[in-house]
Amino acid sequence: MKDEIIYMDNAASSRLDDEVFEAMKPYMLDNYAVATSDFAYSMGVEAKEALDDAREMIVNELNGTPEEFIFTSGATESSNLALKGVAEELSEEGNHIIISEIEDFPVLNTAKALEKEGFDVTYLEVDEEGFVDLNELEESIEEDTILVSIQHGNQEIGTVQDIAKIAEVCDDHDVIYHTDATHTFGRVPIDVSEVPVDLVTVAAHPIHGPRGIGGLYIREGTSIKKQMNGGFQENNLRAGVENIPGAVGFAKAVELIDEEENKRIENLRNELMEGLMEEIPETILNGPKEKRTPQNANITFHYVEGESITLHLDMRGIAVSTGSACFSKSLEASHVIMGIGGDHERAHGSVRFTLGRFNDQEEIDEVVKATSEVIEELREISPLSKEEEE
Amino acid sequence: METPYSEKVIEYFQNPKNVGEIEDPDGYAKEGSPACGDMVSLFIKVEDENHEITDIKFKSYGCASNIATGSIITEMAKGMTIEEAKEISWEDAADELGGLPDLKTHCSVLAVDALREAIRNYEERQGIGEEKRETTLDVVRKRLRHVMNPMTGLDVIKTDLISDIEVEDGIITVEVDLEEDHQFASAVNEDIKEKLEPRWDVEEVVIKFVGD
Repeated sequence: MKDEIIYMDNAASSRLDDEVFEAMKPYMLDNYAVATSDFAYSMGVEAKEALDDAREMIVNELNGTPEEFIFTSGATESSNLALKGVAEELSEEGNHIIISEIEDFPVLNTAKALEKEGFDVTYLEVDEEGFVDLNELEESIEEDTILVSIQHGNQEIGTVQDIAKIAEVCDDHDVIYHTDATHTFGRVPIDVSEVPVDLVTVAAHPIHGPRGIGGLYIREGTSIKKQMNGGFQENNLRAGVENIPGAVGFAKAVELIDEEENKRIENLRNELMEGLMEEIPETILNGPKEKRTPQNANITFHYVEGESITLHLDMRGIAVSTGSACFSKSLEASHVIMGIGGDHERAHGSVRFTLGRFNDQEEIDEVVKATSEVIEELREISPLSKEEEE
Repeated sequence: METPYSEKVIEYFQNPKNVGEIEDPDGYAKEGSPACGDMVSLFIKVEDENHEITDIKFKSYGCASNIATGSIITEMAKGMTIEEAKEISWEDAADELGGLPDLKTHCSVLAVDALREAIRNYEERQGIGEEKRETTLDVVRKRLRHVMNPMTGLDVIKTDLISDIEVEDGIITVEVDLEEDHQFASAVNEDIKEKLEPRWDVEEVVIKFVGD
């Protein structure tokens, strides 16, 4: 086995950047105070300044104002707060919520939980590339619709929705619009001064920031009810001692990303995607070719099963993930691949590669080579490849 | 590398044994379906006099535990008589492999089922053993235990997907608790027919989808 791991599961979690780590360290070892008011002891005041600076850095990336951004423990909490917070606050005005059927679990399962509590949820279908239909969205909005939650970039197949148009539709009908931008934040720009989106979920873990920190952009005037009760932190919307090292790390992670890096990652991704599909026969690209998050490639290899692929790749020091049921703890096939019209077989043979800052050209070549070999080996023992020939 | 699999499973996964097909097999079975995830096909050559398995090969569309179990049971069964080979259980295979994760039971049971089914197929062709008996309600239920409920990965009997079975004059009627246009309806339909139609005394298999 190789000593060096080729890590291509950056959507799940990514390596902390050394600079992020260094930025966080003082707020664990030297300044461990909570963010106090300006009239308290100086360590607390300094901590508050660090938190405010971090907030400003992150919200600038969205082109919003610091008053409109709160820190949370991550994307899951942010989306829980967005959906439950709006639903509970506006329950007297309506009980209808619209999401897409390929949302990531924080939105999908929060919507399902609200459904159990009596809310009406519409799960918008997507086309074969994962895009929602704007007309269908508009037709689904009813008198009692209070919230639309449609993600920005998909976690598995990378589809980037046209959130500007979605936000406009919602705005026209006076419906609050939340988007889960976990897999686009830092990689695909969002400008809340241009796009009338009301709530945006963001997180640090996919962009070489720390785990356990995320945030929610909340447009001024948006009706939302606090979910985590306790103190008055975070604009009185999220109680709990602030995670200052996390916030500082998150801000540093945002600071370290630039246009050039995103372009470099996109080029590597394109090479990987094209390399795999040229080298290996009988594949399907899952998700669109264009309008795709720059770091994501997702390909189904016919006649083989994803867990076997990932295990073989793991033995060669390559970390990737799959939509196969066999890989998941629940033994359920990917709802995203099923959502874009795929069957179980397509989900079973799907492999997701998500790139990050630390991947390079050499790794791309290595992964294309290793994957080709693994697929060939597995196809040799598969009863399906023979059947198709007949 | 950290993995929930034993060393032996990994070894067999990396170097599977007895992989391939046999031309003109004496017994053949295909268990599972691509819709459920895993699928195994298994071929045997049997010596007619004392019914000894002289050659055995398998192919797998499945995860590591499926591939490893296929390897181990084909190794175990080679040289056994069909009566001995029928006795190989999933537990035997799992023991031989140094254990399998609980979650992966169904993937590995599939290979064991394929072996038993291939032997049954041999018996059916030869008109020997249990396969000479009449297709009763019990036999139908037993056969349907080899049809997977794609939503759970467990068989359709265990998961109560079959709401009624009738056997009359060679016509078997099976009621399935699924809507006719359910995404898995056609897969279940085919699987049930595949298990029942080859029986010597079955004329027709009627499947009704009664879900709402």
